[in-house]
Amino acid sequence: MAHGAQTDTTPYVEGVIKKFVLAAVFWGVIGFLAGDFIAWELAFPALNLDLEWTTFGRLRPLHTSAVIFAFGGNILLGTSLFVVQRTSRASLYGGAVLGNIVFWGYQLFIVMAALGYVLGVTQGREYAEPEWFVDLYLTVVWVLYLAVFLGTILKRNEPHIYVANWFYLAFIVTIALLHLGNNMAVPVALMGGDSWIKSYSFFSGVQDAMTQWWYGHNAVGFFLTAGFLGVMYYFVPKQANRPVYSYRLSIVHFWALIFLYIWAGPHHLHYTALPDWTQTLGMVFSIMLWMPSWGGMINGLMTLSGAWDKLRTDPVLRFLVVSVGFYGMSTFEGPMMSIKAVNSLSHYTDWTVGHVHSGALGWVAFVSFGALYYMVPALWKRRSLYSLKLVSLHFWIATIGIVLYITSMWVSGIMQGLMWRAYDELGFLQYSFIESVEAMHPYYIIRATGGVLFVLGALVMVYNFYRTIKGDVREDSPQAAYLGSAAGAQQ
Amino acid sequence: MEFLADVSHFLRQFWGLWLMLIFGGIVLWAFWPKNKDRFEKYGEIPLRDDQDEER
Amino acid sequence: MSIIKHHAKIETNALLLVLGIFVTVIIGGLVEIVPLFTIKNTIEKVEGVRPYTPLELAGRNIYIREGCYNCHSQMVRPFRDELERYGHYSLAAESMYDHPFQWSSKRTGPDLARVGGKYSNEWHRRHLVNPRDVVPESIMPGYPHLMKKELTFNDAAAHMKTLELVGVPYSGIEGALENASADFEAQATPDADQEALLTRYPKAVVGDFDGQPDKITEMDALVAYLQVLGTMVDFTAFDPAAANAIR
Repeated sequence: MAHGAQTDTTPYVEGVIKKFVLAAVFWGVIGFLAGDFIAWELAFPALNLDLEWTTFGRLRPLHTSAVIFAFGGNILLGTSLFVVQRTSRASLYGGAVLGNIVFWGYQLFIVMAALGYVLGVTQGREYAEPEWFVDLYLTVVWVLYLAVFLGTILKRNEPHIYVANWFYLAFIVTIALLHLGNNMAVPVALMGGDSWIKSYSFFSGVQDAMTQWWYGHNAVGFFLTAGFLGVMYYFVPKQANRPVYSYRLSIVHFWALIFLYIWAGPHHLHYTALPDWTQTLGMVFSIMLWMPSWGGMINGLMTLSGAWDKLRTDPVLRFLVVSVGFYGMSTFEGPMMSIKAVNSLSHYTDWTVGHVHSGALGWVAFVSFGALYYMVPALWKRRSLYSLKLVSLHFWIATIGIVLYITSMWVSGIMQGLMWRAYDELGFLQYSFIESVEAMHPYYIIRATGGVLFVLGALVMVYNFYRTIKGDVREDSPQAAYLGSAAGAQQ
Repeated sequence: MEFLADVSHFLRQFWGLWLMLIFGGIVLWAFWPKNKDRFEKYGEIPLRDDQDEER
Repeated sequence: MSIIKHHAKIETNALLLVLGIFVTVIIGGLVEIVPLFTIKNTIEKVEGVRPYTPLELAGRNIYIREGCYNCHSQMVRPFRDELERYGHYSLAAESMYDHPFQWSSKRTGPDLARVGGKYSNEWHRRHLVNPRDVVPESIMPGYPHLMKKELTFNDAAAHMKTLELVGVPYSGIEGALENASADFEAQATPDADQEALLTRYPKAVVGDFDGQPDKITEMDALVAYLQVLGTMVDFTAFDPAAANAIR
């Protein structure tokens, strides 16, 4: 060992991380399926079944929460506990016991939230739908998670705290702050109401909107970005078997990103009743955010400089690198859409949905797949994955799915925006609203087809993991090339 | 709330300055030549963390 | 360089790092959110915005429960096409009693901020039961169960007291809390005495909303809510230039 002799000889706690990995895969498939189902609902409304539990309005929160908090959450909790032990050279604070409490506690939160959506228990706040009691419960679980993570850092044997852990820490701390700030509510039971479930939010109208999008945008910023940048800063160097391109850039990346992100929320409220000064501030910071985002992208991509050939032989690395590419693309598109003139066209349309999914599918899911493909053989002590060809198959199916999704939403979103504002030669509005709905039909089918491909890709991954964990290795895999190039990363 | 409002009013006057100062400080620190070797060594942390390899 | 020395501490001290993160992320929120509560001009002074009647409130809670915000906005922007399609742009004052706000961020269906009074109760009822009966190309789900679910709101006063706690001035309306349940029933019962209700809540739409005069269903409540959306403000007495000047 080159540095900092390990005094803590307790082995890393890995059982609980295996559980997080399996849970992430499970919820991922559920969340992707839910998303694709509601995509088909928009194309063929009969699929809503006219039942109260299966309407788009109830299932869409189920989809968003399942992919963000259940799939993404399990990835973040799992990878963070995997990374923090290894980069701290210390075993998990609280050991397997506390780890398991956090794991099962978090799964119970997911189940409570999901059941609530289907049954109509909701606060009506996007990405913060769970009611007050679920929010309070999650707060307890979250504090325990912070204790496990921070406790492990505090007892580390490595003098420096590796930068991936900074990003994870920013994710944990800021999500706690946002969660508490946005979910302030008074239950009606407090005033003698019959329902112990229903509550009314602390804030109303314009203040409530600002609070909600301060939360909503930073759920993107700190859950889906900072947390997954932590994933990038560990797993890209590991899989490429070379240190990050510039560690110094990563420090600047970190502080600039977390400082700028928190201001960007008002771009979700352009031209609304929110005061103009707030909108302008949000726009300015959103545009500035482009720079640290691309700084991070460059740092991730350039880690491969001099080793680009690995992309040809290592499909796991391909997932990771392409995810960083998608990150760069959507962090360019985002600032552009935050410009008020662009936003006046794009807001309320499918363009926003496409933008979110280029980030969610291309960046978040792909970097997660990369991390999962790295972790499964490492955690289950297998020589390699069952089949790299299947990883490659997953990569291509999913990529085609994403391309179908994003392009169809670009077209439909821009078309919607233009149809809504189109005038005929006599100066009347050219299209009724329903005509714009009708025009979306083919694009909704293309989008949902893209979704099918993405789900299929995930199922290929499930099969690959099943065989890997069983201990199988497929003979026709290009193992030789792979093991040659990634030696050390996998052993 | 009144106090927080005063603080925010005060801070709002200087947000541009704030930004530049903090950012400048961090860049300076990160790219200070003396720190270079130390930082680049930190980048190696993930590559020498595998327990199985060590034991 | 002091900042250099300090940062060396941050990078090895986890608790300082947490503190640094906290301070860094709190600034933006402080600057953007806190003033909205204290600057008096955030919300325009307009005539007519009142708290919801008990029936409208129940309807609004159904609107939230069904996740209507996933496809419908309630925020008309100040553009010519939106003015012509939906009506006057939305004012901050119009949602000042909305806990939570339902501006939404997607128009898979049209904006609803000013849907009140545009369609008849019967149209709404048929549309909600099966949207394709009245709009063949619609992709909205049907909500036939709203017709079947009878609605009681015995704890309406508790809901209103909770809202009072977070700033909705129900106590400023004489008799609102005492008569909450009576108002709830009166609004959806065609031949009830609605005078007291209309004094307390001007412009409330009264009558039988769901075509089933003998009972109050969730459909009654939801349609009553939809029918009041965007109708409260008297725009003949609204001066946009003055409102803009103070913002």
